[in-house]
Amino acid sequence: MRQNNSITQETQEGPRLRKYAWDTNEEYLFKAMVAFSMRKVPNRETTEISHVLLCNVTQRVSFWFVVTDPSKTHTLPAVEIQSAIRMNRNRINNAFFLNDQTLEFLRIPSTLAPPTDPPVPIWIIIFGVIFCIVIVATMLLILSGIQQHRRKNEGPSEMEDTEDKCENTITVENGIPCDPLDMKGGHINDAFMTEDERLTPL
Amino acid sequence: MEKARPLWATPLQFVFACISYAVGLGNVWRFPYLCQMYGGGSFLVPYIVMLIVEGMPLLYLELAVGQRMRQGSIGAWRTISPYLSGVGVASVVVSFFLSMYYNVINAWAFWYLFHSFQDPLPWSVCPVNGNRTGYDEECEKATSTQYFWYRKTLNISPSIQENGAVQWEPALCLILAWLLVYLCILRGTESTGKVVYFTASLPYCVLLIYLIRGLTLHGATNGLVYMFTPKMEQLANPKAWINAATQIFFSLGLGFGSLIAFASYNEPSNDCQKHAIIVSLLNSSTSIFASVVTFSIYGFKATFNYESCLNKVILLLTNSFDLEDGFLTASNLEQVKGYLASAYPSKYNEVFPQIKNCSLETELDTAVQGTGLAFIVYTEAIKNMEVSQLWSVLYFFMLLMLGIGSMLGNTAAILTPLTDSKAISSYLPKEAISGLVCFVNCAIGMVFTTEAGNYWFDIFNDYAATLSLLLIVLVETVAVCYLYGLRRFESDLRAMTGRKLSWYWKAMWAGVSPLLIVSLFVFYLSDYIMTGTLRYQAWDASEGQLVTKDYPPYALAIIGLLVASSTMCIPLVALGTFITRCLKRGDTVPGA
Repeated sequence: MRQNNSITQETQEGPRLRKYAWDTNEEYLFKAMVAFSMRKVPNRETTEISHVLLCNVTQRVSFWFVVTDPSKTHTLPAVEIQSAIRMNRNRINNAFFLNDQTLEFLRIPSTLAPPTDPPVPIWIIIFGVIFCIVIVATMLLILSGIQQHRRKNEGPSEMEDTEDKCENTITVENGIPCDPLDMKGGHINDAFMTEDERLTPL
Repeated sequence: MEKARPLWATPLQFVFACISYAVGLGNVWRFPYLCQMYGGGSFLVPYIVMLIVEGMPLLYLELAVGQRMRQGSIGAWRTISPYLSGVGVASVVVSFFLSMYYNVINAWAFWYLFHSFQDPLPWSVCPVNGNRTGYDEECEKATSTQYFWYRKTLNISPSIQENGAVQWEPALCLILAWLLVYLCILRGTESTGKVVYFTASLPYCVLLIYLIRGLTLHGATNGLVYMFTPKMEQLANPKAWINAATQIFFSLGLGFGSLIAFASYNEPSNDCQKHAIIVSLLNSSTSIFASVVTFSIYGFKATFNYESCLNKVILLLTNSFDLEDGFLTASNLEQVKGYLASAYPSKYNEVFPQIKNCSLETELDTAVQGTGLAFIVYTEAIKNMEVSQLWSVLYFFMLLMLGIGSMLGNTAAILTPLTDSKAISSYLPKEAISGLVCFVNCAIGMVFTTEAGNYWFDIFNDYAATLSLLLIVLVETVAVCYLYGLRRFESDLRAMTGRKLSWYWKAMWAGVSPLLIVSLFVFYLSDYIMTGTLRYQAWDASEGQLVTKDYPPYALAIIGLLVASSTMCIPLVALGTFITRCLKRGDTVPGA
């Protein structure tokens, strides 16, 4: 029983529709790629381009194709062709500058590429960086807060020590000892003395 | 010598702190939804009316109380009347609940931010299934952005009863979020004052960038025209007015005690009237600004989905009927469909069930609010933009700034009364108190990182603050106007700021605002009572969509406890003060 493989070529990319120029040269390339895929199968190394036959080519760029054996008496089973094409899907796509969405083989499901999994998820790296920055900044602020606190606690106790010392020594104001500034050593200015009587008593 | 109260370095820091607190996630994810649901452009009418009648007066009242009393919420209300310190306690309790669940949003924003540095964005592609022949089943049924949110971020369980374990990834992000908040509030106003420069201004920069990008997106005008077209008949809908009042109320963050806390760090001569007007106007204009951005993003997303839908139909028809490429376009689709239906009826009938009816209106009609808008709809739009990593990073950075800004206010509302109380602050320095509060909140917040965490989050989001706040603000307004005395308050303000109180404020405080709050309160109570049992949306992994379920009895009990624990503070503390006073009087009378 004849096994047919059907291929549909879609060329839509989003809202812009680009027509794929399909001519006999492209057909030749397609036949070559299918023959190439079949030659990689263990006992089919003698497949030639002339063994690949296309039929029912429509304007949609969709067609059926079969691969015959070297004696051209019967076609090869579809399962074999399907597995051969699946192995070389990437090469076939690249030959036409298409991808799995734009070059569709009916009855050949595409193998999806596994998502790239880096050994360390990227988000943990960024998380680690920001986490360390925040911890360092917090530590700095806490430590400077503790230092300020300690300085404030030592500050008042230092002032108390110096006050005790002063009582036993002469108080110094502006570099001049205070004692000579009392009334004994100077002249009394009468103008200022009478000022007190002019002021109203408290 | 008494330690001087820390002050804001400049009045600008105070204004920025209030803006950073008031302008939060609600402006971005709730206002656009309300605008869309209640008549588009015509929703602005009730919104502005409520702003002038309710928002500005209540904001001014809270700022004035804080600035006058120069203490946190508990101390301020105790000064007004010793029986009313329960109002302050209720504010602290509500703020505590809020900060527990609000920081989880920041954790999610961090999660998405860290994942934005990948190419392609992890929520733009579905993961492949076991034998690599197709995509993961749940992801196929839902969309990749929903899958990333519900499965990768939340790992949500099918119902609230199935608790699951704590997910370590969101837990790590939550710890980071709390560390960041602690870093910002560590030194009190000294550190908060500098941080708010960034948290208040950076979101505006990002919104501006997004506005320019959004307006230049393909299909943005569809969204803007559709959403802003006024539907005047909604003005007659009482729900529009109620929602406008509620939005103004909660958007300004009244009743939490944060505004009182911020204002208490002001110089007494600060002109808080001017600041109240500035903050409320800025808050509302930010809401409108953010909704312009959101609607242009909606328009872009809807147009993109509509055009993809059309392309899928075109592809389907082109393949089934082997038409020439480029023959079918969006403009002649209907004609060609009619021709095909008449020319090849049997084949057309085969294909017909798969042909979807693409409609731009149905795409635009999807109105979403809350975390769904921020983490599903926006990410879906971002993944279709050019250089999507940049837009994603900017967007989640903005969400983070908005969230951290609001958290600063929330934690200030809890910490200011604690640091004001001499009993606690004599034992522990303020760094230790802040650290303790952050640690307790973080530990309890781990509940929201379990598999059922999002359901508990919704409970807290919907019920922890709504009724209690209305009651708190009502008692506040009545207390200031009638217990403390409006005339006494007016003379206090004149002595403080040197300005005479306008008749407008007095009329609003004494009459209009309390009436409004009472009507809101009555509406919500009757709404809760009439709907009977409360329900929630659960994610069904097998269907790939949300389903409605009833809350189990223990969840209802917890909801009741949440509401009661804050509202009961007011009468209980009043009763307690009354009893202690009676006992004291009873003790002294025999001695006299």
